[in-house]
Amino acid sequence: MSLLTRTAGALHRRPRLRLSLLLTAPLLWLAVLYLGSLTVLFVSAFWTTDSFTSEVVKAWSTDNFHELFTTPVYRQVILRSIGVALAVTVLCAVIAFPLAFYTARVARPRWRPLLVVAILTPLWASYLVKVYAWRLILSQGGLADWMLKPFGLSGPGFGLSAAVLTLTYLWLPYMVLPIHTALEQLPAGLLDASADLGARPGRTFRSVVLPMVLPSLAAGSIFTFSLSLGDYITVQIIGGKTQLIGNLVYSNIELNLPMAAALGTVPVVVVVLYLLAMRRTGALSSL
Amino acid sequence: MEGIAVRLQALRKTFGETTAVAGVDLEIRDGEFFSMLGPSGSGKTTVLRLIAGFETPTEGRVELAGQDVTGLAPFERDVHTVFQDYALFPHMTVEQNVAYALKIRKVPKAERLVRARKALAEVRLDGHGRRRPAQLSGGQRQRVALARALVGRPRLLLLDEPLGALDLKLREQMQLELKALQREVGITFVFVTHDQEEALTMSDRIAVFHQGRLEQVGTPAEIYERPATSFVASFVGTSNLLRDDAARRVLGTGGTHSIRPEKIRVLKEAAIVDEPEHATATGTVAEVVYLGDTTRFLVDLDAGGRLTALQQNLETSAEDVAAYRGTRVRLTWHRRHTVHVPD
Repeated sequence: MSLLTRTAGALHRRPRLRLSLLLTAPLLWLAVLYLGSLTVLFVSAFWTTDSFTSEVVKAWSTDNFHELFTTPVYRQVILRSIGVALAVTVLCAVIAFPLAFYTARVARPRWRPLLVVAILTPLWASYLVKVYAWRLILSQGGLADWMLKPFGLSGPGFGLSAAVLTLTYLWLPYMVLPIHTALEQLPAGLLDASADLGARPGRTFRSVVLPMVLPSLAAGSIFTFSLSLGDYITVQIIGGKTQLIGNLVYSNIELNLPMAAALGTVPVVVVVLYLLAMRRTGALSSL
Repeated sequence: MEGIAVRLQALRKTFGETTAVAGVDLEIRDGEFFSMLGPSGSGKTTVLRLIAGFETPTEGRVELAGQDVTGLAPFERDVHTVFQDYALFPHMTVEQNVAYALKIRKVPKAERLVRARKALAEVRLDGHGRRRPAQLSGGQRQRVALARALVGRPRLLLLDEPLGALDLKLREQMQLELKALQREVGITFVFVTHDQEEALTMSDRIAVFHQGRLEQVGTPAEIYERPATSFVASFVGTSNLLRDDAARRVLGTGGTHSIRPEKIRVLKEAAIVDEPEHATATGTVAEVVYLGDTTRFLVDLDAGGRLTALQQNLETSAEDVAAYRGTRVRLTWHRRHTVHVPD
C-alpha cells in the first residue's frame, strides 16, 4: 500500500482531523486578518489624538463619536453617503430589471450565456480605467455634452449626480446577475398558470414575478449599496467638491487616525443594519 | 340538444420543422368528461395548450361555446387548467393560491375567503389553507391545483396529466374522486393522459391521438371493443393482432384483426368446440404470466403469429397455470369479438 493510500485511509477514519486540516488556514485568515483588523478599527475609534503633537493617545473616550454626531459637516456627509448608496441601488434595480428580463426570458436561449458574459465584461476592466472613461464622457464638451446638445441640454458636469451615475455604471453587473438568475429559474408554468387564472401580464408581473424575484433583487442591492457606501475614489475623480464618508476617512488618516477609525465604523454599522433589513426579504438565502 | 363546449377545426401546430398537431377536427360536448389519450409526443398536450391559449395554432380554429377564440390570450378565455406539475405559486399560502382567480376578478376579500375555503373543502383539504405548497404532499398539492382551477367555476376545465406524479393507490383513488367531482360541479372536463386504463375508467368519451392526428373518438366501450385502427387496438389494451396469412388460416379472411385477450378461452388441444359462431386456433404456450387475479397466456399459433389470452384464476392456482408452459392448447373465442382494423 502506498503512503498516499494509507494517509487517505487514515484521514477517512478521522473526520475531525480531516476537517481541521481543511479549515485551519482559512480560519486563521478570517480570525487574524479580517476580524482582527475590524477589532483594531473599533478599538482605535475610541482613542484620541493630541492636538499639538498629532500623536495617538491610547485612552478610552467617546469624543470622536460625540463629534461625529454633533458636527453638521459630518452629519451631512454621512447622510449624503447613505443617500448616494440608496440612489445608486434604486437606479441599478430600475435599469437591471428589464435588462435581466431580456437576457433571462426574451432572448433566444442560445444567446443568453453570451449576453450574460457581455454584462459581466466591464468587471474585467480596471476600475480606474472605467472611472477615467466616465471622467472623459462627463467633462466639459465631452461625449455627454455633445450628445445632449441637440436637445438644448448639457451633461451633469462633475459633482454629486455624476458620481451617482458612475457608481451606477460600476455596480450594475452585481444587480443584473442575481436578478437574471432568479428570472431564469422562474418556472414558465407559473406564468402560464397566472394567465390561465385570468391575470393580464401586468398583474402576473406584480403578483408572481416580482414577489418571486424580490429576494434576488434584495441580494443584488446588498452589493450595490455596500460597494457605493465604501467608495471614495470615484467621488474624488468625478465628484467635483463632493465629499462622502470615504473621503473624510482618507483625509483624516494622516492627522487624526482615531477620528478616521470612528468615521470608518459608520459604514460598517450602516451595512449591518441594511443586511438586517434585507434578511427579512429572504435575500441572504439567495446570495 | 346539448351544446358544444369546444370545437376544433383543421387545427395544425408546427414548432419549426416538427409538426405537433397535424390537422385535428374535434367536438367536445357540454358537461362531458372528455379524455385525450395518446403516447408522449402524440400532440395531445399541444392540443390542450391550444385550447387554453398558451399556444396559437399555425392553422385552424378553436371555438369555445360557439365563440371563436383562436387569437385570444389565456386570460381572455373562460378556461382554467390543472397543470402536470401543478404550478402552484410557492410564495403564496394554499388559500391565496386558491383565491387567486377571485382576487383578479376583484371579488371582495370576505367572499373570496369563503369561496376559497369551500373549494378546499370540495377537494377535502379543509384546514390546510394557511400552509405553503412546499409543506404539502404530492397528492395534496394536486388537490390544491384542482381547487384553484375550480374556484372560479370556469365553463371548461383542462387537466394535463394531473395524476402522473402520484403513486398507484393514490392515483386510483383520485380517478374516482375526479369523476365524482366532475359530476357534482357539472363542468366540462378535458383530461389529457397517456394511461389508457385511466382514460377508460373516467371518461364519457375518449379521443386517441397518434403522431399529431386523431385515430378515433368514441366512448370507452367503442374504443376498447371496436378499435378503428391497428394503432388504437394496440395502444388501448393489450396488443393482440392477427395479420394476413395467420388471419386467413384462422378466420378465413386476410387483413389485420384485433381480439381482446380476455375474450379468448384457453382449452386443452383435444377439446372439441362445436359452436359455429366460434373461431378456434391451436398452438403452443410460450409463456405463462401469473398476475394474481388473472393469468396471461402467450400462445404461438400453428397458423403463425402470437396471441395473448387472459384467464380469471377462478379455480386455478399459480402452480396449476405454470404447468401449462410448453403444452399444446386450443384457443377459442366468439367471432363477434374479432374486429377488423384497417392498417
